[in-house]
Amino acid sequence: MSQTIPQQPIEYNMKVVRQFTVMTIIWGIVGMALGVLIAAQLVWPELNFNTPWLTYSRLRPLHTNAVIFAFGTSALFATSYYVVQKTCKVSLFSDKLAAFTFWGWQAVILAAVITLPLGLTSSKEYAELEWPIDILIAVVWIAYLIVFFGTLAIRKTSHIYVANWFYGGFIVVIAMLHIVNSMAIPVSFTKSYSIYSGAADAMIQWWYGHNAVGFLLTAGFLGMMYYFVPKQAERPVYSYRLSVVHFWALITLYIWAGPHHLHYTALPDWTQSVGMVMSVILFVPSWGGMINGIMTLSGAWHKLRTDPILRFLIVSLSFYGMSTFEGPMMAIKSVNALSHYTDWTVGHVHSGALGWVAMITIGSMYYLVPRLFNQKEIHSTKLVNVHFWLHTIGVVFYIVSMWISGVMQGLMWRATNSDGTLTYSFVESVEASYPFWTGRFIGGVFIVIGMLLMAYNCYQTIRAGRRETAAGNVVQTA
Amino acid sequence: MDYGTWRGVFSLIILAIFIAIVVWAFSRRTKKQFDEAANSIFEDESSIDKSDKPESKKDE
Ligand code: HEM
Ligand SMILES: [Fe+2]
Repeated sequence: MSQTIPQQPIEYNMKVVRQFTVMTIIWGIVGMALGVLIAAQLVWPELNFNTPWLTYSRLRPLHTNAVIFAFGTSALFATSYYVVQKTCKVSLFSDKLAAFTFWGWQAVILAAVITLPLGLTSSKEYAELEWPIDILIAVVWIAYLIVFFGTLAIRKTSHIYVANWFYGGFIVVIAMLHIVNSMAIPVSFTKSYSIYSGAADAMIQWWYGHNAVGFLLTAGFLGMMYYFVPKQAERPVYSYRLSVVHFWALITLYIWAGPHHLHYTALPDWTQSVGMVMSVILFVPSWGGMINGIMTLSGAWHKLRTDPILRFLIVSLSFYGMSTFEGPMMAIKSVNALSHYTDWTVGHVHSGALGWVAMITIGSMYYLVPRLFNQKEIHSTKLVNVHFWLHTIGVVFYIVSMWISGVMQGLMWRATNSDGTLTYSFVESVEASYPFWTGRFIGGVFIVIGMLLMAYNCYQTIRAGRRETAAGNVVQTA
Repeated sequence: MDYGTWRGVFSLIILAIFIAIVVWAFSRRTKKQFDEAANSIFEDESSIDKSDKPESKKDE
């Protein structure tokens, strides 16, 4: 019988959290630098150096895979493993499986880095990876599911803290989406064909695509919000009741909104209308969650002035609010008729990706790094503040450029002369977009410089921590 | 019951369950439990890190 006295400190598995945390920062830099490269290629096409594997068409999916699955998902692994242990007061269910998820996931990313530039793709957006990699993803994901839910099962607390509900929802739904959407018949080791065809294929693809945004890029990061915002603000979440309702409303509604990616296509009209209505309703739980996060600060607003980490977290929520207002609006068919296929969508994606996802991640990483590496605080709070401003300015540059070019493109494409002919050729709209694409490139450069500062700051923190651990000083961290 | 009717009934069932969750979440009974849960993340126990133990530090 093992003697566990209540006072005895709990042994957590922080190794895997540390590994995923470091990789989050590294993949963040890689993915965003790739974004800057493809942004530059749109302005200066020579930058593909006439090399097939450096062309925009191959690097664009590499960028999206890198930021979503390497940067974003590593952050979700790191924080979910951290939060589930801390809130369940127990170590991970299986250290071996957890280590497998780390190495397995890095292998998936490496495979993407090799195959996408080679032009090997299933051509489904955000699910481009070919079938052998898809199988590896499924295996790693099921291991993740076992580690996470196993840890919940052996928890030492009676209640399951709300952040875990969001993480759990994200893990289960991504498993389902990935497996269903990736069903394919291989014809060789590097080529397969989807088992779906026609309008059904399109619907499955955007059921997957939309809910990858809804569960991976939203629910998972809301889990992050419900732990790190209260922790950094040092006050409990504004309304725990609201958080419970928020969870159930979000997961029951998100699943139905996928058709807003297929307005005016071969998808049946009624399906498009259902998607539109569900998307508009989705505004309500989204804002409920955002308000819950931001109001956690009520009575302590002054902290925003002195704490740039908290500022990252709270500003991320305002970007979340912005994109979840914009999204439902763009889901309305008449608005979508203007916005679809234009840069407006790209602007919307990035107010979500760079504003919400990246900022809440960066804030959480600044919270985690000192705690994981035996330090009281980050090496330089001043640099965090500089990063905050570089990132914010970069995102604003990016999305304002895209809004203007997006609306301009939409208007140019639909403009007709009195005799019914088109006023502008397509190429004229491309030419008119150049200044805005340059604006996006500049915004991206700001963001990547900020990320490099973050890497430096975290590196210094980790080094100082290592030095102290070697000297035998264990700093008491909360 | 044909397919269309069943779908309608199903939607109503989901709606009813959702309303039940809202009523439950906002009932007075859950208040204490939720307050405790909200504050649970601040119970700071001292913790040690498995990998900080001497044997895994050899590579340093
Ligand atoms: C320096 C930062 C970044 C820059 C400069 C950048 C740039 C770009 C560019 C040029 C595109 C292609 C747009 C087009 O087709 O016209 C793109 C697409 C995309 N990026 Fe980024 N990106 C950055 C960061 C991120 C981050 C952090 C995320 C997510 C976490 C992200 C998610 C996406 C997604 C989902 C798309 C596809 C949008 C669609 O389907 O229309 N990006 N990005
Ligand atoms: Fe969507």
